[in-house]
Parts: sequence; C-alpha cells; structure tokens
Amino acid sequence: MSKLSPYLVPDTPYPFCPGCSHGQVIDGIAAALDRLLPASKDVVLVSDIGCVGLADKHFAVHTFHGLHGRSITYASGLKLARPEARVFVVIGDGGCGIGGHHLIQAARRGDDLTVLVFDNFNYGMTGGEHSSTTPVGAKTSSTPYGNAERPLDLCALAQAAGATFVARLPAFDPELPAVVARAAEHRGFALIDVWEFCTAHFTPANTFKKKDLLELSEAAHMPFGVLVDRGVPSWSASTPAPEHPGLPIVTEAPKAPAPVYLERAFAAKLERPLGMLVAGSAGQKIKSAGTMLGRASVRAGLFATQKDDYPITVKTGHSVAELILSPKPVRFTGLDTPEVAIVLAREGWLRAKKMLEAMPEDAVIFAAKGLELPKLRARVEELDLDHASRKVGKENVALWALSKTLPSVDAELAASFVDTVGRFTPSRYRDQALAAVQTA
Amino acid sequence: MLEFVDGNTATVRGALHSGCSFFAGYPITPATSILLESIRELAPRGGVAVQAEDEIASISMCIAASMAGKKVLTATSGPGLSLYSESIGLAIMGEVPLVIVDTQRMGPATGAATTTADGDVMFARWGTSGGYPLIVLAPTDVRTSYVMTRHAFNLAERYRTPVIVLSSKEIALTRQTVDLDAESGLANVERTLAPAGEKYLPYAVARPGEVPAFAPVGGEQLVRFTTSIHDERGLITTDPAKIAKKLEHLQAKITEASPGVVSFEEDRQEGATDLVLAYGVAAMAASEAVEAARAAGRKVSLFVPYTLWPMPEARIRAAAKGVTRVIVPEHNFGQYAAEVERVLPGVKVVRVNRIDGSLVPPSAIREELER
Repeated sequence: MSKLSPYLVPDTPYPFCPGCSHGQVIDGIAAALDRLLPASKDVVLVSDIGCVGLADKHFAVHTFHGLHGRSITYASGLKLARPEARVFVVIGDGGCGIGGHHLIQAARRGDDLTVLVFDNFNYGMTGGEHSSTTPVGAKTSSTPYGNAERPLDLCALAQAAGATFVARLPAFDPELPAVVARAAEHRGFALIDVWEFCTAHFTPANTFKKKDLLELSEAAHMPFGVLVDRGVPSWSASTPAPEHPGLPIVTEAPKAPAPVYLERAFAAKLERPLGMLVAGSAGQKIKSAGTMLGRASVRAGLFATQKDDYPITVKTGHSVAELILSPKPVRFTGLDTPEVAIVLAREGWLRAKKMLEAMPEDAVIFAAKGLELPKLRARVEELDLDHASRKVGKENVALWALSKTLPSVDAELAASFVDTVGRFTPSRYRDQALAAVQTA
Repeated sequence: MLEFVDGNTATVRGALHSGCSFFAGYPITPATSILLESIRELAPRGGVAVQAEDEIASISMCIAASMAGKKVLTATSGPGLSLYSESIGLAIMGEVPLVIVDTQRMGPATGAATTTADGDVMFARWGTSGGYPLIVLAPTDVRTSYVMTRHAFNLAERYRTPVIVLSSKEIALTRQTVDLDAESGLANVERTLAPAGEKYLPYAVARPGEVPAFAPVGGEQLVRFTTSIHDERGLITTDPAKIAKKLEHLQAKITEASPGVVSFEEDRQEGATDLVLAYGVAAMAASEAVEAARAAGRKVSLFVPYTLWPMPEARIRAAAKGVTRVIVPEHNFGQYAAEVERVLPGVKVVRVNRIDGSLVPPSAIREELER
C-alpha cells in the first residue's frame, strides 16, 4: 500500500523472493515516514550488505550503502557531520554479527539513530548460512546438523549498551509503522529488531511459519513489543544528560592551543653540528628538558632536532633524548656519536651505553655522581645530582644538568636556555624550573 | 615564525590550514598525537574530532562525513592501515575525498610500535581489493609533512579520491626547526559542487577520468552513494557496458599525467652517471650523501619523489637520462627499487636497505657511490 509513499521510488517492484519479509519492513518504514512527513532531503537511509542492502534503491531519500556490517559507523559519521539529518539504518542479522561492536558503541554513545534490524535468522544473500541470531537447533546451510550456538538477543544487547529505545516486532505486525515512527521521533539510539521470514533458505529448511516465529519469541525469552523507551536525550543531540554517575563533563568552551613561536633573541657561535644526548630515567622530565633546549637553540639562531626514546610504560625505566644543534639546517637527523652527553640515571646509562662507549676522547660526558661508570674514552665530569635533586626536585634535574653543562658548549646558548625556560615553562611549574636553571 | 615541532604536529597544522573540520581515529603509536592534537585543535573551532571504537569505525565515519560535505582526516599506523583496507576500496569506488596519514612503523603485524620503517610503500598502493589507483604522498621531514598534508587535501578534493600521506615514526615524532607559516601560502582546492536545483546524478561524467560534481548527502539534492559497482545514478548495475565505463573512469582519473598529482624535487648534475633516488626520511640522508660526494668531485644527481603513487615514471626516466646506476636507499628490503628497475630497464639499480629501525646513514649511500 505504501508504494504510493513519496519516500519510495514509484514503479519499482521489490526484488525479494516471494514471501520474504523485507518488502513489508520497507513498507513499514515508508508508512512511518508518511506519518512524520519530514522533507525527503532531511532523511538519510544507510544500508549495508545482504538482501537488506537491496532496500536503498527503493527509497526516494538520501541513501548510503556501505560495507558489510558497517552501516552504523556511516550513520554515526553522517549524524556528526549533519546533526539536522534524520538517519535510519537498515541492517541484517548478519551485519549485526560482523559489526556488533559498532552497535554497542553507538548505543553507548547515544548516537541519535534509528536502527532497523531485518532479522531473518540467517545469511539470505550468500546461501542461508547461520548468523548470530540463528536459533539453537535450526538447520542452515552451514549448520546441517542443527545450530549449536546460542542466538544473540539484539534487544538485550542494545539495552545493556545503553540504547534508550528498544523494540522487537514481527515483520507482519500492523503496529510496525507506528513503532518505527516512535523510534524515529526518539532522540537517542533506537533499535528495532524485526523478525522476518527468509523464504529462500530459513523457512523451508526449518518449516518455520508464523506460529513458529511467535513460539520462538516465548521459548527464547525474547518478547515482542516496545521493550525500552526511556526518552533520554542523547549526548550527540547536544543536551548533556548522562544518566550514569561519572566524571563531570567539561562544559566551558575549549580554547585552541596557540603554537609556540620562537623568535631569535640570542646568537650562538657554534660553528658545526653538535650532537647531545641526555639519558636518565622516567620522572626526570628529560623529554621536556630536551624540547626546552631545542627551543633555546632555535632562539639562539641554531637549527635543532630532537628524538626521544622511552618505554611505553612511561612512568618507569629509561628516558633518553637525542638532539642535534647546528648552525645550518639539519637534514639527516640520526645521531651516531654525541659530542656532549648527560647521564642522570642508571636506566639511561644502560640504554645509551653503546653510544656513550663510542664517544671519543675529545667528547665529554657529564654523569651523576655515584653511577660508577666503567672507564670510558670520553672525558667524564661528575654532577652532584643528589644534592641538586634535593634542592630543585627530581622533575627539574634534567633542566638543572643542562644549564650546568651548556656554558661549556656555548655561552649564548646557555643564556638562551635560561631565558627560554623562563618564557616557555607553563606558569604553575615556572618558578621551580627557573630556580633549577639559575641555581646552576 | 619558527617553531620546534614534530611531523605529527605539522600534519595537524596542514589539515587545519586545508580546511579540515572532521577527524576520526583510534589510538596507535606513532600516530596517536595526530588524534590528540586534532581533538584539541578542531573542537574549539567548531569541528568534530572523535576517537572511534576501532579503525574500521574511524575511517567509516570519515567517509560518511566527507560525503556529507566535510574535509576529513584520519591517521593510523600499519596495523590500522590493514584494518582500513576494505574501506579504502569503498572510498575509491564511491569517489570520496579522504586524507589518510600512515605513520609507518616496523611490521609485519604489531611489529615494533616505536621503531621506524618504510614497509607500507607497496601496501599503500595495493592495499585494497580490485587494484584501482589512489594517490600516495611521502613527506621527507617535518616541513614536508605540513606541505604534503596540504597537497593531500587538495588532491583528495580535486580528484574525489583517498590520498595516503606516508609518514613514518622518524618523521612523525622527531622535532625539527621549521617555519610552517612560511609554507602556508598554498591555496586550498575545494571539490566542484553540482549546480543547484537540477536533478543530481551523483556519478555522471562526460568522459572517463572526469571528476563527478559533488552534492552532499543530507543536502538539498538527493544523493545516492554505494560501495557496489554503479551507474551514474549511483544505483547498483549488472550491465557490462556500465560496469566497464565506471571502472575505466576510476583507472583514468588518477594517473601521473593528471594535473597536480605528481610532486617531486630534483637536483640534477650535468654529466652525472649516478642518480640517487630516495623518498621519505631516507631522502634526507641521500641529500647529505650527494652533497658530500659532489664535494669530493663526483657527479651525482638526486631525485626525490614526494608522489610515490601514481609512480612518476616519466619524471624518473627524465631524471635518469644518461645515468648508468641508480642508488635507492629504503627502510625496507627494496620495495620501490623493484619499481625503479621496472621503469629503468638496463640501468643498474643498487639497493641500500635498513630494516632494523636504524636509519640509512649518509655514509652508507656514499659508500655505494664510491664503489
């Protein structure tokens, strides 16, 4: 009847097998739209693979037909990009299996979508294989001895994931248009599990008739009707109403971070590239200190590069920063043998051992007192790290050590470093950081 | 203005300056900071940046948002690119403007998260079923991460295609001194919009290779989009003539002759019999090696393709004129070198490879030049 609906393409017979329920559900969606009367251009119908995926060409609205089981992800993307669109998803029970994760996450997020599952208990398009909703014992082409896997209760799953409108109906239920309309009006994640007949495969293989479908609902404890209608506005509908206790959501408008621009204010006299290594342990803020040195170098007229090395468990183990400072742009950023190294902890020594051992006689290693390094070719100077740590805090020892060693590299660079720390350290750490570099 | 930032920051800046307003991604080293910086940068500007449930959802959201009219970016590394694979095909089939950053790390599989490689060179080109073309750009450092991201957006818009920016851990997470503002003069290209009011045929083109005019899903004109082979209405078709038309169109749309697709840098030396051809971070070592070899009196040319795919074959042939030997340094076992051999029959192609996470040093390229 609703083939006359303006939301359907006229004079296009459905391609479905005789007795297949898909046409009935398409009619149901059209009849729901006929009640709501949105502008066609405001409706997007998203589908994916399976016989259900043949639905899109019958709709005279925007249609988006994607990869198997991923229709909910496109719908979420569309809704984020165009919040004003009414987005429907038609997906099969097969799609809900392969893309179940997307269903869970979209429900959790409360994406404002209306999802209709064309659930005919098997993969109709590929030849009647079992799906995630095939009842136990059912015969399909891939379960010739009867299905042994428990069927997924899509409604219970959606509900558990936070869906705020959940319904299950047989395709032949005259209430279908009314329920689809309710789901479409619902702001938030709405899912309707529509039970269907696949007359090509499932119903002949299992003598599955109307009575059997109704009995299955009882036997499997999967009731029909509107099961959840909480009317909770969704997050994506820009009304923050999380009903679960949790961390407060930041509501003030965020500000974009400004780039850290560096103006040349000092003039280092470095004549050739210099490799520097800072090796220590987690918590010594080696990475940040390295970046401060890089910025100081740029502000002193040099070009710099920095690479950091640390384990994925960032609060433990080594932390090593490699820098190249150069009067000319640095192309190759690899550092073989540093000219100057600072070793602040045993973890750093162990990680950078090879490089440190390769450093020649004219190179210098500043090492924390008490590390008991073996005899090295490079000249070693001791740093009283324990004392500094007590004075400036562990998190500032890398800054302290750099400011102590830089004067021997280049006076202007050293001055730039102190100035850069003062200028670019976030205000809540600034006083301590400045104290550390000025102590030196 | 000078800055001291890494390749990922430069990439995000490039996306912002290109007019990107939508990002979806999933955390993965060494691409994660693109996700985090996109969230920090896009949200305050009224854009959307989300961490999706996985890579498949990330790229799918981007594809849908692009078809809704946004300029979109996603970023990942090898394992994630593997999960993008099927959707890259969808973006080719549906002619979706889409920029994908792959900050390569050592593979196969999980490989080593913080160890560099250029192992995805062939995967980026052939990583989806069907074998149809897309564009792959390879920055060589922080500066070109910005520039290539800008190019990637422009090419994605102009040709309605996925464009992969093939970065690597070494570029993504290394800070360098750059002046990105100085590079920001490049004009943005916007997709050609369908004229308003008329009935819209989403995939109508006058000749194969012409880019179909765009109308957004959810906009004034009804749009059909499909992953299946389709006719000009965006409807699935089984007509062999229509199928051939569509596929010939996809094949013709992106070639090395397509305007603006090929970018490269060339430093040719008169009388050179050696050419160093290098891309990605290896190009920086190559540049130093060539300079040093010349200082020592050798004649050497340098060719750096920023566009890896479609392969700039004509440019490479021109660069190799009179050359008897081409040295190709790579952080893999010689993926692009094999292509160079195909393009330059009769020329000796010498591979210099590192696959253990260390960088090909300039000295290794020089040694080959001295042989």
